[in-house]
Amino acid sequence: MDKIAVIDYGMGNLHSVMKGLQYEKVPAVLTDNPATIRKCRGIILPGVGAFSDAMVEIGKRKLQGVLTEEVNKGKPILGICLGMQLLFTYSLEFGKHKGLGFVPGKVVRFNRKMKVPHIGWNNAEIVNKKSRIFKGIKNGQYFYFVHSYYCVPSDKKAILTKTKYGNTIFTSAVEYGNVFGFQFHPEKSSEKAMVVYKNFYDICKGSSKN
Amino acid sequence: MLTKRIIPCLDVNKGRVVKGIKFLNLVDAGDPVEAAYEYNLAGADEVVFLDITASHEKRKTIIDVIRKTAEKVFIPLTVGGGIREVEDMELILKNGADKISVNTAAVNDPSLIKNGAKKFGSQCIVLAVDAKRKPKGGWEVYTHGGRTATGIDVIKWVKKAVGLGAGEILLTSMDADGTKAGYDIELNREVADAVRVPVIASGGAGNPEHMFDVLDKGKADAVLAASIFHYKEYTVKSVKQYLAKKGIAIRL
Repeated sequence: MDKIAVIDYGMGNLHSVMKGLQYEKVPAVLTDNPATIRKCRGIILPGVGAFSDAMVEIGKRKLQGVLTEEVNKGKPILGICLGMQLLFTYSLEFGKHKGLGFVPGKVVRFNRKMKVPHIGWNNAEIVNKKSRIFKGIKNGQYFYFVHSYYCVPSDKKAILTKTKYGNTIFTSAVEYGNVFGFQFHPEKSSEKAMVVYKNFYDICKGSSKN
Repeated sequence: MLTKRIIPCLDVNKGRVVKGIKFLNLVDAGDPVEAAYEYNLAGADEVVFLDITASHEKRKTIIDVIRKTAEKVFIPLTVGGGIREVEDMELILKNGADKISVNTAAVNDPSLIKNGAKKFGSQCIVLAVDAKRKPKGGWEVYTHGGRTATGIDVIKWVKKAVGLGAGEILLTSMDADGTKAGYDIELNREVADAVRVPVIASGGAGNPEHMFDVLDKGKADAVLAASIFHYKEYTVKSVKQYLAKKGIAIRL
């Protein structure tokens, strides 16, 4: 099926992600059905809310198995905001919680001295200049962020972009083999940012034979 | 570096943008979807819709507006006005809004903030506060569009609300609102010092200098303005260029 599966697990603003994909003419389907996920060319994991709640919702829908299998087979996956954090080994949001574990590392909270959530437009400094998903994005381009926790990959090769908030420099995007994650919301970062959805679709088309 | 945000606000009545002074003499000023789109093109960092519809068809019309806006405007959208229940919030967010602003209903029942934040996250819950200077110092919270005095102290209220999960404060000075004589700098600074969440300054914008003052001396994280943008006295772009020149971190 020439589509991207946008995982509907009851967390977050799926409407906006779908509109962002539509803007770039990327065919997509909202689903929580394992069979559909298996048939799609790629997977987008959106999400807003608490980490542990999200893992519970994923568990209720028995999605962890199919996501792991598909990612291990090489199917591209893109996590957005909380969806990016879920790709990591574990999070320290309200206690220690296991994530999907596709990117080694953890998720931690911003320093208590800073205003949290980190809300607004901030720049992404590109670390991985060969990134496929950031093709056409200028170094330092602004993206819209809304989050209180951030990802710390243990393998530095995973870092796609970095962003500075106060005195903290954090990983704002990862690209780790077929696993991609954005802490910011491309679908809220103006038309200029939407090309990342097209890039993701191109990556998916390149990696699947369906 | 995190930039300061410039946020145009649109008053929406029965699905149309309206302009008027203090909600009186309302004049039709077009389609909110188009207006939001124009602001987006001009470089607005967010857009706020304040739904002032009084009729029972309220929800239906604003939902339609939100849905259409989300189809073509790819910047954050905040919706406020008469939101009383978590179910109202859910409907608005599901249709494409990113944040909900609550005012009167949160004062009447602060658990609305807690329940909303628990269900959607603090980042979705904006506490709107209408503040009026007290004769002997400090500010008092007003509700019902500034018609009802509550006796509640503004600083105490914002601290409580942030404790319950409010992720941002949209702070309107009733004394400054409509005067175009500048934001209430002192009010903004005191609130910004009292809480560790972003503060959006509102009320009193007459020119870009006023915005500079409240972002700089008033420690605000964002500025909201309605009439100077509506009446095209200044464009979002020209305001942003001015602020950037003055050394404020701005997305251009």
